[in-house]
Amino acid sequence: MSTLEIRDLHVEVETESGPKEILRGVDLTVNSNETHAIMGPNGSGKSTLAYSIAGHPKYTVTQGQVLLDGEDVLEMAVDERARAGLFLAMQYPVEVPGVSMSNFLRSAATATRGEAPKVRHWVKEVKGAMSDLEIDPAFAERSVNEGFSGGEKKRHEVLQMALLKPKFAVLDETDSGLDVDALRVVSKGVNEYKAQSDVGILLITHYTRILRYISADRVHVFVNGRVAESGGPELADELEENGYVRFLGAAESSKEEQPA
Amino acid sequence: MTTSAERTTPAASSIPGAPELTQEETLAALGTYQFGWHDTDVAGASAQRGLNEAVVRDISSKKDEPDWMLQLRLKALNTFEKKPMPQWGSDLSGIDFDNIKYFVRSTEKQAASWEDLPEDIKATYDKLGIPEAEKARLVAGVAAQYESEVVYHQIREDLEQQGVIFMDTDTGLREHPELFEEYFGSVIPAGDNKFSALNSAVWSGGSFIYVPKGVHVDIPLQAYFRINTENMGQFERTLIIVDEDAYVHYVEGCTAPIYSSDSLHSAVVEIVVKKGGRCRYTTIQNWSNNVYNLVTKRAKAEEGATMEWVDGNIGSKVTMKYPAVWLTGPHAKGEVLSVAFSGEGQHQDAGAKMVHLAPHTSSTIISKSVARGGGRTSYRGLVRVNKGAHHSRSTVKCDALLVDTISRSDTYPYVDVREDDVTMGHEATVSKVSEDQLFYLMSRGLTEDEAMAMIVRGFVEPIARELPMEYALELNRLIELQMEGAVG
Repeated sequence: MSTLEIRDLHVEVETESGPKEILRGVDLTVNSNETHAIMGPNGSGKSTLAYSIAGHPKYTVTQGQVLLDGEDVLEMAVDERARAGLFLAMQYPVEVPGVSMSNFLRSAATATRGEAPKVRHWVKEVKGAMSDLEIDPAFAERSVNEGFSGGEKKRHEVLQMALLKPKFAVLDETDSGLDVDALRVVSKGVNEYKAQSDVGILLITHYTRILRYISADRVHVFVNGRVAESGGPELADELEENGYVRFLGAAESSKEEQPA
Repeated sequence: MTTSAERTTPAASSIPGAPELTQEETLAALGTYQFGWHDTDVAGASAQRGLNEAVVRDISSKKDEPDWMLQLRLKALNTFEKKPMPQWGSDLSGIDFDNIKYFVRSTEKQAASWEDLPEDIKATYDKLGIPEAEKARLVAGVAAQYESEVVYHQIREDLEQQGVIFMDTDTGLREHPELFEEYFGSVIPAGDNKFSALNSAVWSGGSFIYVPKGVHVDIPLQAYFRINTENMGQFERTLIIVDEDAYVHYVEGCTAPIYSSDSLHSAVVEIVVKKGGRCRYTTIQNWSNNVYNLVTKRAKAEEGATMEWVDGNIGSKVTMKYPAVWLTGPHAKGEVLSVAFSGEGQHQDAGAKMVHLAPHTSSTIISKSVARGGGRTSYRGLVRVNKGAHHSRSTVKCDALLVDTISRSDTYPYVDVREDDVTMGHEATVSKVSEDQLFYLMSRGLTEDEAMAMIVRGFVEPIARELPMEYALELNRLIELQMEGAVG
C-alpha cells in the first residue's frame, strides 16, 4: 500500500510580466487502489498540478510538499520520479522523430524496471497490451507520436502506463479530443491496469463523461489553483447538472490578486 | 634523409589510451576516442618529415612506378606549392606541412592472409574487430590500410571469378596500368585544389575497384583505414570504376588513435560510373580529434547511371569534405546523404556538390548535422545546372540540431542555374533539442543523457538506416559516447 501526498502546494510559472502563481495551496492524498477525479474549468491549474508532480522544469514550486510513501518527490529529478513509480499520461504527448515506438517503450521499461526485459516475454507483453488498446501492431515501428491522431496519442499514453506499471498515474485530460469509441477503448485500458495492479489514479478532466467509464472513488472540484470542494461520485453528478458556476462564484473574491 | 626525422616528439610521453581514465577526464575529452591506443611505432621512426622533390621521387621509386606516374607526382608537387591555402571554410592554420611524414612503409610486402600479418598489426586489427567481421562473412573482402600501405587484403573467390578487381591502389597501378592511364586523375585532376595536388604528389595506398559490365556485387566491399604513426599524413587514393550496368557498394570506415600533435588526412576518391551502372560509397569517418581531414571525393555518372555517397563525419578536428557528382549523361542520378557530428573544438564543414551537365538529370542532397559542447557544423553545398541540362531536378534538405546554446551551425547553399526548365527545391532547418522532448523521455525514466542521445539518434536516423547494420550500430554507439555528460 502506497500513498501520494500533496501538501499545501504552491507553484508558479514565468510569464512575460514576471512570475505568476498558478497553484495556491493544493492539498490532496491518494492511496493505492483509489481513483480520484480532479475536475475543473479551463485555466484552473489542473494541468499545472499534473506537470508539477512529474517535475516539468517550466513550473517552480515555491511552497509545499509532494510525498511518495514519505519520500520527498520534489527533490527528485524527472527521471527519478518515473523510476520511483510516478507516471504522467500527457494531454499533448510530444513527438520524437526517428525513434521507433518499440525502441522507446523498451528503453523506458528498462529504465523503470531497472533491467532490460527479456526479449521473448517483452514482445508478448507489448503485443498483448497493444491489442488490448486496439492499436495496430504497425505502430511499433513508427516514430514516437509522430503523425499520430489525437486518439492514437492517448492510446499510446495508456499503453505506456500499462507497460511501465507505475504506483501512481496522473491522467491529464486523457479524455479530451476523443470520440465515444476511442474513449471507450482508452477507458478499458485504464480499467484493465487498475484491475491487475494496485495503482492509485489521479484523473484530471474537464468533463464528467469519462467518469461513466472509469469510476472515481473521490471527486475534487479544482478552481483557481486549489481544491474548492471534495466529495464522492455524487459531486460529479452535481457538476454534470449545474456546471462550475457555484464554485467559480466562490473563487471570484480571490481573483483580484491573480493577474489576468 | 634529414636528421630532423630523428627528433623526439613531445607527445611520446603523454600518449593516451591507457585505460584508467577517470570519469572527469573521459568527459573532459569529449569525443574521447575508444580506439585511442597505439602500437609501438616501428616503421614511423625512420620516416622523413617534410616535403620536397626528393621525398616524392623516393616514394615513386620505392613503389617501382612507371615514369608517367612519377612525372604526374612531380607536376602535382609543383601545383601544390604554387596554390595558396583556401581562405574559406575551416581554420587550417594549424597544419605544419614541414612536420608531417609523407610516406611510411609498415611492412615490406603485402600479406596474403591474416596469419601472415605481423603481430603488432594483428593486435591493432584485433582491437578493431576486423577478424570478427571477416568470420561473420559480413564483408566481401577486407582491404585494411595500415600506415601508408595496404598490408592485408583478401577478396572472395567468386568475386574474382566474376572479374571484379578489388586491391590496394599501388598494386592496382602495377597490375592494371592501362586502367590507370585512362582513369587516374580523370575525375579529379591534380590541380583541382591544393589538397588534391598534395595527394596526387604523395599518394600511397587506398582501394582500387573495377566492376565489369553487368556484374552486380551483392555484398558490400569494405576497407578499414588507420593512422598509426604520429604526425603522419595519410594520403590514400581510391579509384573505382563501375562499368556499364554494374553495381557495387563500397564501405570505408576510418579510425585513428589519439595523438597530441596534429595529423593530416588528405585523401582523393575518384569514381566513374558508366552507362546504367550504380555505385554507393559509404564512409563513417571517426578520426581522433586532432586530425585535419581534407578529402576530395568526386564521381562521374554517365547516362542513366546512379551515384550515391553516404558520408558520416564524427571525429577529426576539422573536416572539409564535399562529395560531388558530375552528372554527365542524360537521366543520371546523384545522391548525397551526409551526417556530421561536432563536439568541443571540432568543426565539420561538410556538404555536397551536384553538377548537372546533361538533360533529365536529378540530384538529391540530404544533410543532417549535430553540434554540441561549442562544436561547429557547416553545411556547404553547390548545385549547378549547366546550359542544356534541361528537365533537371534537384532537392536539397539540410537540418541542423543544436544540443546546447554554445554550439554553432551555419548553412552555405550555393545555387547556379543556367537553364530555364529545371525544378529546384531547398529546405533548411536549424532546431534545438526541445525542453518538452527531454521532459517527455525523462518522465518515462530515461536519464537526461539517455534522453538526449535518443533524440540525437532519432534525428540522424534517416541516414543511419541507409548504413550497413554494423555501421549503424557503431554510429549509435558513437553518438552515445559523444552525448555522455552533454547536458548540465
